[in-house]
Amino acid sequence: MDHLNAVGRSVLRPDGLAKVTGRALYLDDLPENGCWHGTTVRSPHPSALIVSIDASGVSDPDVKVLVAKDVGPRNSVHLIHDDWPVLADGRVNHVGEPVALVVAPALARAQAAAKAIKVAYEAQSPVLDLEAALKGDPRTGGRLNVLAKCDVGRGDVEAGFAAADVILEGEYSTGHQEHVYIEPHGVIASPTIGNDGTFAGVDVVGSLQCPYYVHKALTYLFDLGDEAIRVRQSVTGGGFGGKEDYPDMIAAHASLLARACGKPVKIVYERQEDIIATTKRHPSLVRHRTGVKRDGTLVAMDVEVLLDGGAYITLSPVVLSRSVLHAAGAYSCPNVRIHGRVLATNTPPNGAFRGFGAPQSLFAVERQMDEVARTLGLDPFEVRIRNAYREGDVTPTGQVLKESVSAVAVLERAKTATRFTERFAENEAARGARKDDGKPLRGIGLSVFWHGSGFTGNGERRMMSKGAVRLRADLKIEVLASSTDFGQGTEGIFRQIVADACGVGLDDVVVHTPDTAAVPDSGPTVASRTVMVVGGLLSRAGAKLAEMLRTFAAQQAGMAPASVVLRNGFFETERGRTPFADVAKRYVTLHGPLDATATFEPTPGSTFDEATYQGDAYAAYGWGADVVEVEVDPDTFVTKLTRLTTVSDVGHVVHPVMCAGQVEGGTLQALGWGYLEEMKMKDGRFLNDRMQTYLIPTMADTPDMETILLENPTAHGPFGAKGVGELPMDGGAPALLQAIENATGYSLSRLPATPERIFEASRRQKSS
Amino acid sequence: MSATYRFTVNGRPAEVQGPPMARLLDVLRRDLGLTGSKEGCGEGECGACTVLLGGEAVCSCLVPLFQVEGASITTIEGIAPSDKVTELQRVFANEGGAQCGACTPGMIVTLKALLDRHPTPTREQVREYASGTLCRCTGYERIFRAIEVLTGQRSSECEPEGGPRS
Repeated sequence: MDHLNAVGRSVLRPDGLAKVTGRALYLDDLPENGCWHGTTVRSPHPSALIVSIDASGVSDPDVKVLVAKDVGPRNSVHLIHDDWPVLADGRVNHVGEPVALVVAPALARAQAAAKAIKVAYEAQSPVLDLEAALKGDPRTGGRLNVLAKCDVGRGDVEAGFAAADVILEGEYSTGHQEHVYIEPHGVIASPTIGNDGTFAGVDVVGSLQCPYYVHKALTYLFDLGDEAIRVRQSVTGGGFGGKEDYPDMIAAHASLLARACGKPVKIVYERQEDIIATTKRHPSLVRHRTGVKRDGTLVAMDVEVLLDGGAYITLSPVVLSRSVLHAAGAYSCPNVRIHGRVLATNTPPNGAFRGFGAPQSLFAVERQMDEVARTLGLDPFEVRIRNAYREGDVTPTGQVLKESVSAVAVLERAKTATRFTERFAENEAARGARKDDGKPLRGIGLSVFWHGSGFTGNGERRMMSKGAVRLRADLKIEVLASSTDFGQGTEGIFRQIVADACGVGLDDVVVHTPDTAAVPDSGPTVASRTVMVVGGLLSRAGAKLAEMLRTFAAQQAGMAPASVVLRNGFFETERGRTPFADVAKRYVTLHGPLDATATFEPTPGSTFDEATYQGDAYAAYGWGADVVEVEVDPDTFVTKLTRLTTVSDVGHVVHPVMCAGQVEGGTLQALGWGYLEEMKMKDGRFLNDRMQTYLIPTMADTPDMETILLENPTAHGPFGAKGVGELPMDGGAPALLQAIENATGYSLSRLPATPERIFEASRRQKSS
Repeated sequence: MSATYRFTVNGRPAEVQGPPMARLLDVLRRDLGLTGSKEGCGEGECGACTVLLGGEAVCSCLVPLFQVEGASITTIEGIAPSDKVTELQRVFANEGGAQCGACTPGMIVTLKALLDRHPTPTREQVREYASGTLCRCTGYERIFRAIEVLTGQRSSECEPEGGPRS
């Protein structure tokens, strides 16, 4: 083989052996070095005025207690809008809201002191769910309390309905979902003391996804310069979006306590506190009105998306935007109107969770397409393939899909891999002929979906992320980026991309720990942007570095730069080849380390207008089709997943095994949301706030999986790669509900499809 | 209340002073500095703290200190001799069994106990034996496959260390 590429190979991940031997150090494994321990006093009320906070019962002389007035003038988590208090000031808006902070030399002492603090509240009437929110909010004088709005439209929807043969309406809803990363939140904040002996800043290490988000939140909170705050990531045990927004809060708490006591302060949440306090997936209510021709062709879609934002805005405007932009599904329709809103409730703020609003709206549109198929007597594949996007089709934002469009390809492959059409029909026939013999009912379901890679609209243009590489004195090429690895394999795929971009071996490349004092801001690790966007920056930076070294090698040899190539770890010329390390050594001896940086460059000709929400919403899209097979017990309505087949196009695959791992893990998370994971709430309090009561899929619940990766490369990612992280969250739930319907004949429009909900659907259908 | 307890951890004698109801997990992590076992839930639900107690896989968050008097305990740190990895660990890492890694120590310890009993387990046996260890990243498929590769029931999808397969 002439060129031994690193990209496309399933090599051992760099952190693999540390993780299987228990040597990887997560936040709670780090040496404590005399740090103090913080804990949080939280609201028991969903909506209340704080009458008084009395800490006179705290007798421990070392303990420090902080309340809102101790925070300073900038008492908010600086994210999108500054409405989310670091400590509640005067009123609380959800159960679990932080009201006071306590720090002591030992955790037990901090906890004892926290118990001695008496907070008096005057309870107010809360708004606890979307249904109540739609009736108006007392906090906004009885009007709708809208946290964010987003509207998208194209064509003439009324004319579309007028031309339709059939018009169908549907309403779909989903509940909270908890991330359940296995490692709960944790942070250690160490104060830095200035020459005058006062607090000068803080050094934070934490389990987190976005070091520069925390950096921004803390520079704002303390009103200090960039240099005063340093944020580093510790080995992070899962995130799924749950460590995008909330680390800003817990880092603010630990940093405030560190300022107060002058010691490093550690806060690690126990599981129950983690579930009570941190953000969740937005519950949703989505209404569809759909006009179709008799053959199933879509002519008009009118969609209303409502999300429950919880008590504060956090990331809701961008979650809504992604939800709206995916709400018409992977389908071409000439006349579309999508109206989205986020309403406030007195529940913990909802925030980022893998898929970021898209799983909710895609669930709704996929179930609506099932309704279309049912009404017209088509099978689920037919109605999908008829309307699925093709190259050249136009999205609701007016974006022409010019390349890497695979909706049809993933559908066709999913159908042939599972014999979908025949088996769907067999199950339908079997249901009609079924005897009451207690045998499990078999079902099969199909979904198709898309997911935009990278930030929405102008997000990447605004962020202007940077990525860098450095040839170090030890002759390693070091990757400098703020993208974090919280399981997905970021470190490994960056090594592969940079090795190929430079033309060196994998062993020549190392990745710097995300650290705001050492790496540029390459943006947060969210939005399926790490491989495509940041990987693209690093690929360009790597190519620049190779170019500079090639020029140097040519000068040294007295040759023209064009006559030297760097390939497979050798500088090659017509005279022979020199190992990379020899030239690199000469370079660093003469000139010292060599840096190359790349900054985001928008695609020429691509635009997005935020006022009209028209233009190119995403540079590229991933495409997926899921086929879920189930057996449903006819007496208990317990569903067993029997097989899962996924077909995904995420462009050129950088690491096949890790890519499949993203697809498989993400799809199981989607299926858990589909039938198992239900956050129950009473009076604004999560009832199942423990792992014994909030159930996620175990090995025993998990079906055998076949994972098919189609590779339809994009021009917008390194080596043709698109994003993979979130796409797998999008299609599992609707395919599962279709499978349950295929098995039982009962159509569900609400997640999760628990036995109780299937039972309710059976009663509803029998009585109607 | 505090008393002295003697037991064996990873083949070495250990002596710990503490209350009888101290959680073994805390004793391992804080008194003995063995931080490989993780706390995911603190109530025996997630399995991230699994260790072998007399060869049986147990959640160390549920085991009180007094119960390990005289017992032999193996933690993730004792699965392989120091600075080495077992074939189970190597194949598990290679085949994509670990992503975030927080469940991995408990998973490896559990799978070792399984393999000690069933050297060539079926997928159903893996499901039954290891379903007490929760993983939120992988969807478990790569964990099943790692065991199948290790026990010769499936061929590897990865490159062996040191380069591509021929």
